[in-house]
Parts: sequence; C-alpha cells; structure tokens
Amino acid sequence: MKAMYILEMNNITKEFPGVKALQDVNLYVKEGTVHALMGENGAGKSTLMKILMGIYSPDKGTVKFKGQKLKLNSISHALKNGISMIHQELSPILHMTVAENIFVGREPTYGKTGFINHKKLVERTRKLFEKLEIDINPKAKMADLSIANMQIVEIAKAISYNSSLIIMDEPTSAITEKEVDHLFKIIRSLKKKGVAIIYITHKMEELHQIADEVTVLRDGQYIGTDLIKNITKDKLIEMMVGRELKQSFQRPEKVIKDVALSVQNLSVDGHFHDISFEVKKGEILGIAGLMGSGRSEVIETIFGVRKANSGEIFVNGKKTVINSPRDAINLGMGLLTEDRKLTGCFLPLSVMDNMVTVNIDKYTNGLGLLSKKKMKEDCLNQKKMLEIKTPHLKQIIQNLSGGNQQKVLLARWLLRDPDILFLDEPTRGIDIGAKAEIYNLIFDLAKKGKAIVVISSEMPEILGLSDRIMVMSEGYKAGELTREEASQEKIMELCTLGEKIKKSKVS
Amino acid sequence: MNQQTQVSVEKEKIDFKAFSMHILKSYGMLLILIGLVILMSILTPYFVTTNNLLNIVLQMSVIGIVAIGVTFIIITAGIDLSSGSVIALTSVIVASLAHPNSVPLFVAILAALGVGLLTGIVNGSIIAYGNIAPFIVTLGMMTAARGLALLYSGGRPIGGLSEAFRFIGQGNIFGIPVPIIIFTFVGLISWIILNKTKLGKAIYAIGGNEQAAIIAGINVAKVKVIVYGYAGLLSGLAGLILTSRIASGQPTAGTMYELDAIAASVIGGTSLSGGIGTVGGAIIGALIIGVMNNGLDLLNVSSYWQQILKGVIITVAVFIDVKKNKKK
Repeated sequence: MKAMYILEMNNITKEFPGVKALQDVNLYVKEGTVHALMGENGAGKSTLMKILMGIYSPDKGTVKFKGQKLKLNSISHALKNGISMIHQELSPILHMTVAENIFVGREPTYGKTGFINHKKLVERTRKLFEKLEIDINPKAKMADLSIANMQIVEIAKAISYNSSLIIMDEPTSAITEKEVDHLFKIIRSLKKKGVAIIYITHKMEELHQIADEVTVLRDGQYIGTDLIKNITKDKLIEMMVGRELKQSFQRPEKVIKDVALSVQNLSVDGHFHDISFEVKKGEILGIAGLMGSGRSEVIETIFGVRKANSGEIFVNGKKTVINSPRDAINLGMGLLTEDRKLTGCFLPLSVMDNMVTVNIDKYTNGLGLLSKKKMKEDCLNQKKMLEIKTPHLKQIIQNLSGGNQQKVLLARWLLRDPDILFLDEPTRGIDIGAKAEIYNLIFDLAKKGKAIVVISSEMPEILGLSDRIMVMSEGYKAGELTREEASQEKIMELCTLGEKIKKSKVS
Repeated sequence: MNQQTQVSVEKEKIDFKAFSMHILKSYGMLLILIGLVILMSILTPYFVTTNNLLNIVLQMSVIGIVAIGVTFIIITAGIDLSSGSVIALTSVIVASLAHPNSVPLFVAILAALGVGLLTGIVNGSIIAYGNIAPFIVTLGMMTAARGLALLYSGGRPIGGLSEAFRFIGQGNIFGIPVPIIIFTFVGLISWIILNKTKLGKAIYAIGGNEQAAIIAGINVAKVKVIVYGYAGLLSGLAGLILTSRIASGQPTAGTMYELDAIAASVIGGTSLSGGIGTVGGAIIGALIIGVMNNGLDLLNVSSYWQQILKGVIITVAVFIDVKKNKKK
C-alpha cells in the first residue's frame, strides 16, 4: 500500500533583504519514513525547517500537513499541530534539571492553580526515559551533563510531544557511536508507529543506515529527491555542489616566499585533533569544512583566544608561545572573526574608534595623549583604500551595512600591518559587489607578501581565493588540495571523511 | 593623486532628521539643565543669585566627583555600589589623622586617597580576575567598608579637625569654594583620560563589546582594575571633601551616595549596557539633581516629594536611554 504524504511543501519561496534563501522548493514526506534533507551550509535547509516550525512564513508556496493546508505562525502553533524539532544548536537551560528542561513551558500543575507538581514532572520524565531506554537521572542538573547527554535529552524532549513529524537537525553531532545506534533504534520504533522524520545531516554513512528517501537543496533551490537505495554517494555530492562557477577570480601573479607560520599537531580537546599545516608569505591558504569541523577553533587557538592542549606554533621559523590575543598581535598576526556583531564590532562606537583599536599605541604622543590628527589621517586613508561607505568617521558603526562594517574591521587590522592575517568567513552576509571588493583586497594583501588564511563555507569563494586548500572534517585534517587539483566535489568528499578518520584513530 | 578629503554624504532623506537627532542625543541633557534653570528662575527670585548658584555646585561637588568615577565603571558595563561606604571609611580615617598635632596634613590626605584607591583596586581585581559580577563584588565592599568605618570609629563621629584641613571643604580661593575648584580639576583630568588617551578608548571598547576588545589585544583585566581603582580614588577624594565640609569624621557619611552618583551618571546619558557615557554628561546629571533639589527647597516642597520626583526622573532617564540604544 502506498504510504500517505504527511507533509507536502509546495513551491516554497522565501526572501530576506538582499538574499533569496529559498526558491520554489518542494518537500514531500511520507508518514512512517525517514526523509533526509541534504545540502551545503547556506543551501536553505534551516530556512525551510524554520518555515515548517512556524518561525518564518513563506513569501510564496503552501504547506499541507496531514492533508490540511497549514499556516503556521509560531513554534507553539507548530507543536500543537504535531510538529516538533531537535535543534542543531543546543540551548539547554543549564541551571534547571533535566526534567524541567524537557517539560519547560508545559509543566504539570496542580489543577489550574499554576503551581508546578514536581513529583509528576519527575515521574513523567522517568516514564519517557524508560520508554526510550535512556539512562539519565531526571533530577540531574542540566549543567552537569556531558554534551552528548544534553543532545539525548534534546532528542527525548522532541519525542515527548508525541508529534507526527519530527525534524532532526544534526542530531548526532555530539554523540558517540553507541548512542547513535540507540537513537536509530528509537527512530525505527517511531517509524513503526507512523511517525515521519525529516533528518538533516552531513554524515553520508548515516543516510544508508537510517534514511529512506533524500531531498537535496542547493543555493536555495530544489535539486531533486530520490530513494536512498537508488542513489550513490557520488551522485549525492554532485547534486549538492554541481554548480557552474560563475565568479571568475582574477588571481594576480603571486610571489610566494618562505614559511611565515607553521602549526604542528595542534589539539584542543573536544574541538580538534592533531592539526598541522603551514602558510608561506604571499600565499593564501583556504580552510574548508562543514559546520562543526573545528576550523574557527583552530584559528582562535593560534590567535590565543583558546588554550591548546598540545601542539606547537612556529612564526618565521621560531617556536612561539601564544597565551592571549596580545601575544598574537605582537607576533604580527591579525584575526577577522566569524561573527562581526558578536566578536568584532564595538557597535555603540564610531567608525574611527572601531578602526584605531589595535594600532592605538602608534597614535600616542610624548605625553601619552592621543593625536586625533594622526588617527583621522590614517582612518581617512583606509576609508579611501577600502572604499568604505560612511558619511563621516564619527558615524556609529552600528548604522553601517554589513559589508562596510566588515571593511572597517579589516582596516582595524590593516592599520597594524600584520604579516599573518586570519580571515574567518570574510564575506558572510555581504552583497556581491562588496564581496568582489574584498576579494581584490585579499589578493592585494597577498601580493604585498602577507600570509593569509581564509576560512570559508562558500565553495566558489574558497576555490577562487586559495593557492592551497586544507579540508577539515569533524576536528581532523581530512586532506590538502592545491589550487589546480581542487574541485567542489573533491572538497565535499574530504569534508565528509570525518567519521572514517575518527574510527581509524580509535581502532 | 586626488585629495578627496571632502566626503560626500549619502543622499538620503533622513539627513535633517539625523542631524536633529544628533543634536538631541549629544546636547539633550544640557538643554534640559538650561530649561530647569530657567524654570526655577521664573518660579522663585531667590534662585538666580550668585550665592545660590555657587551653593548648588558646591553641594553637588561631592556627588559629582563620585558620579564621574562611577561613569568610568558604567561605560565598561560594570557597576559600583560601594562608593558611599568608601566615603564613610575615608571620612573616619582622615578625620583621625587630620588633627593639629598629629601627622602632617598631606599624609592625612594621602591616606584618604590611598584608602579609596585600595578599595577600588580590590573591587576591580576580584571582578576582573575572579570573574564575579560587579554588582555582587561592590555590594560586598559596600557592606564591608561600612563595617570597617564603624569599627574604626567605634561608631562615633570624630571631631577636632585642624584648621588647615577644614580649609579644603570650607575655604575659598579667589571667591570660589575649594570643592568646586577640585571638582573642576577632576572633571578636566577625567575628560582627558576618557577622550584623549589609549586607556579611555580601551574603556569604551570593553563596554562596547568585551569579547571583541579581548580579540583586539586589549588587556581587559588590567583596564578594569584601573577603572575601579580610579573610581575608588575619587570616592576617597569625595570623602575627604565631605569630611572637611562638615568638620567631622562620620561612619555614617555618604549613605545612599552611590545611588545618587549612579543616578547622576545615567541622567547625564551614560548607558547601563556599556560603551556610552561622558564626563560632561555626568557633571550635567549631577547639576540637574542639584538644581532640582535646590529649586524645590526654595519653593518649600517637602523633601519626601523631592525624593519621589528624583525617582521619577531617574526612571525616565533610563527609559530614554534604553529606547535610544535599542538594537534593531
């Protein structure tokens, strides 16, 4: 008998200012099946699921659930209708107990009084865990749990809504193999009950173990759907990345000299292991990898934001110890962080104040006072060179566009004339025009002899900028490719190597 | 090469609106102060006399100095509840030393400033290195310092202060009361530090985005210790002046002063979320409170009503601050 479609998403289109997140995307999920949703970072998966969970509403298209047209306007609305979600980003309420976390917002009370019935709360949690064969103390404080167990609690929470459709976004990112098997057992029993599951993952091996069908998205567009048994890994990769490289990167003549930075066996427990690489003066090294591969963490560790558990760093051949960003800066490094709002911009301050931060020592005169003239001169210079659009230097940086904010932050580092520059997702959230400008700036800097490391999740970008590409997967170095031999498919393949590497290290 | 220093403003319709908003934001509180002065002058003839106006500034000198110190702290997104108690501690210590046949006057003064500085450094160190919330740490200091003051003085006021010492709070130089001169000096130096030095920029950066400040290489812990230390020093100075004015070391001095100082700072435009605030604003905030207190006194309004009014104004000031800095 043909299974019924529990979910039909038709021609979903969603636009944000400047970005078309989804265009005419379809998703049909049958009840009692596991439907995998795949695509690169930024392909539109999260946006599609957010629409399903009532967080966004689509600009065009319809959602039909259990045969009824559904217009969801909030998460609780989605939950009431039988759709729940396991989020990729865990956001546990740390100071509350496991039981409180699971039933937050719907705690059992004494009648209608509003007083929480703690006994029932713990009892319900115990019953839930028993059913799912989970061995965690409901009264334990969430903060005392390991990340793996936190994820299991998150999974239990989603299941406790007794939904007909559960979205699982990277549910195995933090748990070990044993727990993954356990999860799959739970999923199979849910399937038997007719529950449908949308499963988002980057781990190819899992697909064959648990999924029935797979839908692939790319750049916000619907690429195709197929049964898992009919599809090969190569075909999947091709569907996920097979685009024409429209942007042609003009890589000017490069003059690559000696090694500026050498990293050996760098490790931070829980984030990445045994990372070694080097960057030469005048060279651009790209670091590719999926979310959770540990790229940003590596850069942050080199820069002194995180403490390494083991490994060595050599700058210009000399072994160095970097305990704080100040040490890194004094060694000639600069870091443009991944999230400019979170760790880059001083939002309430002016453009000039944001620019002079790192180089401020050079602006003090004999008395220890700042020379406004010198600061203004340098800032105007940068403004011109980087073509920063702001009415004046006193403008509060919060009012600038993302691209211009990024340029101001870049100027902040350039004023210090670093020898080694780390750029983490330098064009994230920036329009095409500004992107091209930043690419040219990067090439220019390389020409001047700087060693540049670029982390990027955009294939065309990393292929176009890099002289060499190091690919990281789940905290390990999966491989290295030269500009000539690199391709989207090869990168993607290395990106998903993580599980295999992990297994080989354990055995 | 084309010298394009003439920057073209983006042609947007909001130009005039942005300009008037800019004026309001920067000078809003000053306009309100001027407005209040005019209002009070109209309501009572006794307000606009030189004597009275000087009196206002004199009375607000002590709180004004503390307000400047606490402004530094609030800009870093911190807070200090201990100022009042530090004033008390300083008061009893300096009073016990400023006797005619005791140690030289400058030793007494140094002791006062030293006590203030030390309490501030303790605050800052625990906050910066112990990673404990400023509210809690300064609350602890507030209680401890007050206790120390009571302990040191045996719970009783200390009198018999030398004439030289009493000059600090009660004397005039060229007709201007000494506290006002000190207040002006403190304002000037603080303004220079905040606007003209590396330290000042670091203070704003930490309040604007502490994590970004760390990544930019700023020694956040060191700056915090300096900031709390400076505020403590200013509290010590305030205690010194106050003790001299009332010619008595009081373990109960400065009660609730920390709240007045914070109120003055916030009314003057300092944002509790950090990164925003000025010395000028703190001074204006203190003067607004002073003008209000003085004017309402002259109008014979009960001090209880004055307190209620002050509370309303503080709430309104914070409300305006939140609205102004709401992130989109």
